[in-house]
Amino acid sequence: MTPPLSLHGVSVRYGDRPALSDVTWDAVPGLTAILGPNGAGKSTLLRAALGLVPATGEVRFFGRTLAEVRNRVAFLPQRASVDWDFPATALDVVGMARLPRLRRWWGRLPRADRDAALAALDAVGMADFAARQIGRLSGGQQQRVFLARALAQQADLFLMDEPLAAVDAVTERAIIAVLHRLVDDGKTVLMVHHDLSLVSEHFTDVLLLAGRVIAAGPVREAFTEDSVARAFGGLPRMMVA
Amino acid sequence: MSSFLQLDAPALLAATLAGGTCGLLGSFLVLRRESLLGDALSHAVLPGIVAGFALTGLRASLPMLLGALAAALLATFAIGLVRRLARLEAGAATGLVFTGFFAFGLVGLEVTGARMADVDLDCVLFGQIETLVWLEATGWTSLLDPAALAGLPRQLGLLAGVAAVSVLAVAAFWHPLRLVCFDADYARALGLRVSWWETGLNLLIAAAAVAAFEAVGTVLVVALLACPAVAMRFLTDTYRVQVWGAAALGAVLGALGVLLAGPLPAALGLAYSVNAAGVIGSLAGLAVFLSLRFAPRRG
Repeated sequence: MTPPLSLHGVSVRYGDRPALSDVTWDAVPGLTAILGPNGAGKSTLLRAALGLVPATGEVRFFGRTLAEVRNRVAFLPQRASVDWDFPATALDVVGMARLPRLRRWWGRLPRADRDAALAALDAVGMADFAARQIGRLSGGQQQRVFLARALAQQADLFLMDEPLAAVDAVTERAIIAVLHRLVDDGKTVLMVHHDLSLVSEHFTDVLLLAGRVIAAGPVREAFTEDSVARAFGGLPRMMVA
Repeated sequence: MSSFLQLDAPALLAATLAGGTCGLLGSFLVLRRESLLGDALSHAVLPGIVAGFALTGLRASLPMLLGALAAALLATFAIGLVRRLARLEAGAATGLVFTGFFAFGLVGLEVTGARMADVDLDCVLFGQIETLVWLEATGWTSLLDPAALAGLPRQLGLLAGVAAVSVLAVAAFWHPLRLVCFDADYARALGLRVSWWETGLNLLIAAAAVAAFEAVGTVLVVALLACPAVAMRFLTDTYRVQVWGAAALGAVLGALGVLLAGPLPAALGLAYSVNAAGVIGSLAGLAVFLSLRFAPRRG
């Protein structure tokens, strides 16, 4: 099977500082946690794959270039990357996912796209907040709006940058339920993550980074005390199952 | 009545169009948190305008517009270059480049001064809206008379053209513009060429700055780009109201400023008249203060 995402010798430098060195890795369908300490290049890996930061090496999505299969790839950026004071409703934000499908760029969103956006909001338990200005949502609700926007792209591969960072328990449960549903549907979810305690319970695979690939594979094989120690420099041992 | 058409109507129309266009485009600067870029673009166009004059020897709209757009492109490119090479934050690089461009334009203005005696520093800074007159108007029927209409100040044509293009562009590219302003990374991931959209917006703002600067001056262009949009940010949470509301507010501020500066006191028999650009700027500042003070959104 062609991997949903395949990286070959991918490197990223920020000025003189190498952020990611020679990453070669094939993603597999399921729920993969991208783990590593701060500055390990987790977000950079997603951003490099999507062409948001200049990178060297080869990136393939479903065996093709991103431009060829863009509608199969959804992105969920970090919540802190946008201005939540922006004058937009939750439905406005989720509707943005439909832009590549629009035949005209003016006027109201077509009925079908509006329905898709509402369905995505419903899937994350946010249907009642569709008309709410995004600045009036809690952090967890904002995070669910971002997840709904990714869902509304109706993609096969999801690249998510820390969707579980600093969220409340309700949001965490809602998001994890959505992730499981995606995996059951045969989708691929690659998620930058920081909480090692959830890994064994919910994820199928891991990619451990520390500026380069430390370990990768199914949780049982790759998420070991040894590999975590090598990635994090030996700190959070007791978190590993 | 014909004196209103001859003396007041052109200024009124110019200020309304300038205020409306700047107000409309200003929302995109404020929403992208790049208000300083409006400052930068409206100053950075000066060397282009001067070059347009100097090369053609004409004080005509087209060479001026083309020169200004070229200067705006060069300035945005220079800002990016300075940021990269000097590792400066955006604000510092922007400030550095636009003051440099403006200074260069001022020197150019002096050097080529003999060929364009009617554009001086005062005009650049404060505009000369009071000099917009329509002497061919003899009454309301002149509005239908092609010969009389041909005598309208050419600045009005440029202003009307830029206003029409801006309104059409904002309406036609409604969804991508909103996305680019809200979340540029996500827009890129969806396949939008964000830098093209940003360049397009910057060019529109530069065009508006050129069209408006002769009427109200560079300083006021900056105020009209920022104040109506900022005032609307305090008054609404709705994108549509923000964008069109700021345009309407800008237009009203422009019209009100011209009326308060001369025609209104005159109609009331008062013997004073003041600089219209100054009144518009003061009203713009007042609008921000009032919206902040009585904002339903911020309490």
